Amino acid sequence: MGGTTEMEIGLGHYLVVSAILLVLGIFGIFLNRKNVIIILMSVELILLAVNLNFVAFSAWLNDLNGQIFAMFVLTVAAAEAAIGLAILVIYFRNRGSIEVEEISTLKG
Amino acid sequence: MIAALAFYVFAFILVASAVMVVTARNPVHSVLFLILAFFNASALFLLAGAEFLAMILVIVYVGAVAVLFLFVVMMLDIDFARLREGFQRYAPIGAIIGGILFLELLLVLAGWRFTDMAADLRLAPVPNGPVSNTAALGRLLYTDYVFLFQASGLILLVAMIGAIVLTHRERVGTRRQVIADQVSRSGSVVLTQVAIGAGISPDSILRPPPKDAPKAVEHHDAHGHGGHH
Repeated sequence: MGGTTEMEIGLGHYLVVSAILLVLGIFGIFLNRKNVIIILMSVELILLAVNLNFVAFSAWLNDLNGQIFAMFVLTVAAAEAAIGLAILVIYFRNRGSIEVEEISTLKG
Repeated sequence: MIAALAFYVFAFILVASAVMVVTARNPVHSVLFLILAFFNASALFLLAGAEFLAMILVIVYVGAVAVLFLFVVMMLDIDFARLREGFQRYAPIGAIIGGILFLELLLVLAGWRFTDMAADLRLAPVPNGPVSNTAALGRLLYTDYVFLFQASGLILLVAMIGAIVLTHRERVGTRRQVIADQVSRSGSVVLTQVAIGAGISPDSILRPPPKDAPKAVEHHDAHGHGGHH
């Protein structure tokens, strides 16, 4: 992997860290199947891994597009967290619980 | 050397706090570890040279998103012990799928390299000269990506309106100011000639109507409005 900087840390290091983060996020979704709040936090971790990938490639290719796109990912992640938590709040207000497995009202 | 050491320290804390996010018993601890993870990720961004994104990550994620999570976790009275049922049951399948995914990612990482034309295929090369990361990003964002920039602004607007509409509820029993009622109020304000110079005699004081009048109850109810006669 061609490193264009003098740093000893290569692109591979960043990619491995972001791969670990992604896997941990997915593992968290499986582990906390009932708790929507932790699931939302796991999604945040996954998006953080994506951002880390974007920034690492942007730094090693000397291309600013990665950082621009990471910014858009951040924007959408913030909007997603706000909407998700709002839905969570009204669901808790209506049902008194946030268990994911009980959410089957829309099931045909 | 120092950069390498810093990378390993921040990466280790990042991964460790991510582990704690998904395994902590108390969701408040999860949120706090999420904040720690964001701080360390922003340090990694700094090491990679993305200064603006590092600051944005601290401001937006730690300052807004994580605190939003903290508010929701603390405000809702959730029985978290019940939510942890099945924690052990789902751990093996999650570990299997995560392990497979991680091995696949490592396989991809091992057999991958930049193409020879990578330098020529760049869309927005980092400008030479004394241009800071923030200035370079701004020049790109407000010219080439101005439509995407405005679209992301629209997304934030929709998210804000959506969150307000979803969580807003009409409370019964609260007294709100109804401006139309105030403006259309006529006939209820009367000028009265009180006796001049009557001093402390009872005739000079306007008293509410007697108790048996039907209006008395209504008047008592609307006491909080103030100045309603």
